[in-house]
Amino acid sequence: MIEVKNLTKAYGNFVAVRDVSFKAENGSILGFLGPNGAGKTTTMRIITGYMPATAGTVLIDGLDIFSQSLEARRKIGYLPENPPLYLDMRVEAYLRFVAKLRGVPRAKIESALDHVLEVCGLTDMPHRICGQLSKGYRQRVGLAQALIHDPPVLVLDEPTIGLDPRQIHEIRDLIHHLSGNRTVVLSTHILPEVSQICDKVVIIADGRVVLEEYLKKLPAGTSLEDIFLNAITKERHEDGASAEETLEEVGAGHT
Amino acid sequence: MKNSLTIAGKELSGYFLQPVAYVVMTVFLLLGGFFFFALLRYFEVTLTAYSAMQNPEVLQRLNLNERVIEPMLHNLAIVLVILVPAITMRSFAEEKRTGTYELLLTAPIRTGEIVAGKFIAAAAFMLIMIGLAGMFPLILVAFGNPEVGVMFSGYLGLAFLSIAFVSIGLFTSSLTQNQIIAAISCFGLLLLLFVISWPTQGGGGALVDLVRYLSLPDHFAQMVTGIIDTRDIVYFLSLIFVALFLTQRSVESARWR
Repeated sequence: MIEVKNLTKAYGNFVAVRDVSFKAENGSILGFLGPNGAGKTTTMRIITGYMPATAGTVLIDGLDIFSQSLEARRKIGYLPENPPLYLDMRVEAYLRFVAKLRGVPRAKIESALDHVLEVCGLTDMPHRICGQLSKGYRQRVGLAQALIHDPPVLVLDEPTIGLDPRQIHEIRDLIHHLSGNRTVVLSTHILPEVSQICDKVVIIADGRVVLEEYLKKLPAGTSLEDIFLNAITKERHEDGASAEETLEEVGAGHT
Repeated sequence: MKNSLTIAGKELSGYFLQPVAYVVMTVFLLLGGFFFFALLRYFEVTLTAYSAMQNPEVLQRLNLNERVIEPMLHNLAIVLVILVPAITMRSFAEEKRTGTYELLLTAPIRTGEIVAGKFIAAAAFMLIMIGLAGMFPLILVAFGNPEVGVMFSGYLGLAFLSIAFVSIGLFTSSLTQNQIIAAISCFGLLLLLFVISWPTQGGGGALVDLVRYLSLPDHFAQMVTGIIDTRDIVYFLSLIFVALFLTQRSVESARWR
C-alpha cells in the first residue's frame, strides 16, 4: 500500500510537483501517466526516499518514508528511469551485491538470484558484463535488481522504455504476474500499457493530479487516449479542473 | 557494519575491474623503485668517496635510513598528492553521473555506512599499494643492516598520510558529479596541506599556531625520522575524521528538505 499525501516539491523557484495525493492499494497496479516533465520521475524519487519532498509525505505500508526511512525503504523495489547498473560488473556479481545491500539473508541469496534471472529472462546472461548488454537487457537487469529482495512495493519508472515489442510484451506479462499481493506503481507514457495491465490510473500534468480513477470505472466506450488528452489540456486551460468534471466531459462527449 | 563491508568489497573489486588502479599502482611502484635506485646509487658514491678520504667520523654519520629511505618516503608522499585524486575521484562522482547513486540512496542503508564502505575500500587499496612498496626496505634488510624500527615508522607515516588523503578525496568526490572537478579540487587541497605553513614564518598568535598545526610535512617528517608521537597520529586521525564527517554530511544533504 502506498499513500502519497499532499506532496509538493520545489527546485528553487520551480515547483515540479504541487500538492499531489493518491493511493495505491495492496495487490493493485497503478499506472502513473503524464506528459514529459509533468513530475512523474520527481514523484517516484520522493516515494522511494531518494529525495525529500518540500511538503507532504508518503506512507509505504503505513511507514513514513521520511521519519521511518530505513524501514520503509526495506519494503521497496525500485527501477529508476535509467537502470542503476555498475557497467564494469558482471550481471551475477551485480545482483548479488544488490541482494546483500537490500538485506537478503546470505543463505537465500543464491535462490533469490536464480529466481530473478529466471523471471527476467536472464538465465543466459549471468556472466555478461553489464556495460556490454543492450538497452533491453540492461532494463531487465534493472528489473531483476528491483525484484531480488521480493519487495511488497514495486516502483518502476518507465519499465518498458527502450525494449523491442516482444520484450515489451514479456515485461508487461511479468509485471502483471508479479502483482499478486504486491503494490506496483509504474510510470509510462504508453497508454495501451496502462489499459492492459493497470487497475488504477493517475494522470498528472504540470505537477498536479488531474485524474485518479479505477480503470473499470472509466466511462465505457472512451479510449484512455481521449481521457488523457482531455485531462491534460483541460489542466492547461482551466488550471485545476477536478477529475470528476474531466471524466464527465469525456464520457458525455462519447455517449 | 555488514553493509559497509558489502560496499567496501564491491568498491575494492571495482578498482581492479578498471585499468586506473593498475596504472596508479604501476606508476607509484615504478617511481618508488626509481627513487630507491637513484638514492641508493648516490649513497654508494658518497660512501666510496668518504672511504677514500679515510674519514671515519663522517663515514660513521652516513646513515642508510637518512640517506635513502627518508628522502624516498618524502618523494612518494608528493607522488601520492597526484595519484590519490585519480583513485578517489570516481567514488561518488561516477555514481551520481551514471545513476547508481539512486540505487545506493534508496537501499535500506545509512549514508554513514555508504561513506564508511567507500573509505574502507580506498584505504585498503592504499595499504596494498604501500605494502608493495615495502619491498624496497626489505631489499635493504636482505643485503644490509638498516634500522628496521625507523623504516617501519616511516612507512606507518606514509600509510597514515595516504589514508588521510583518500578521506579528503572522498569528500571532494561527494561534492560533484564531475570526476575532473573532484580530482582537481582534491589535488588542490592536498597540495595546500603541504604549503599552508609558508606564510607563518616569524609570526605568532593562535591563528598562526593553528595554521602551523595543519601543516602536513612537519607531522609526516616526524614519523619518517622514526618518532611515533601521539600528537602526529592524532593529527592524521583528526584529518581523516573531519574529512569523513564532511563527506557524510555532503551525502546526507541529498535528503535534507
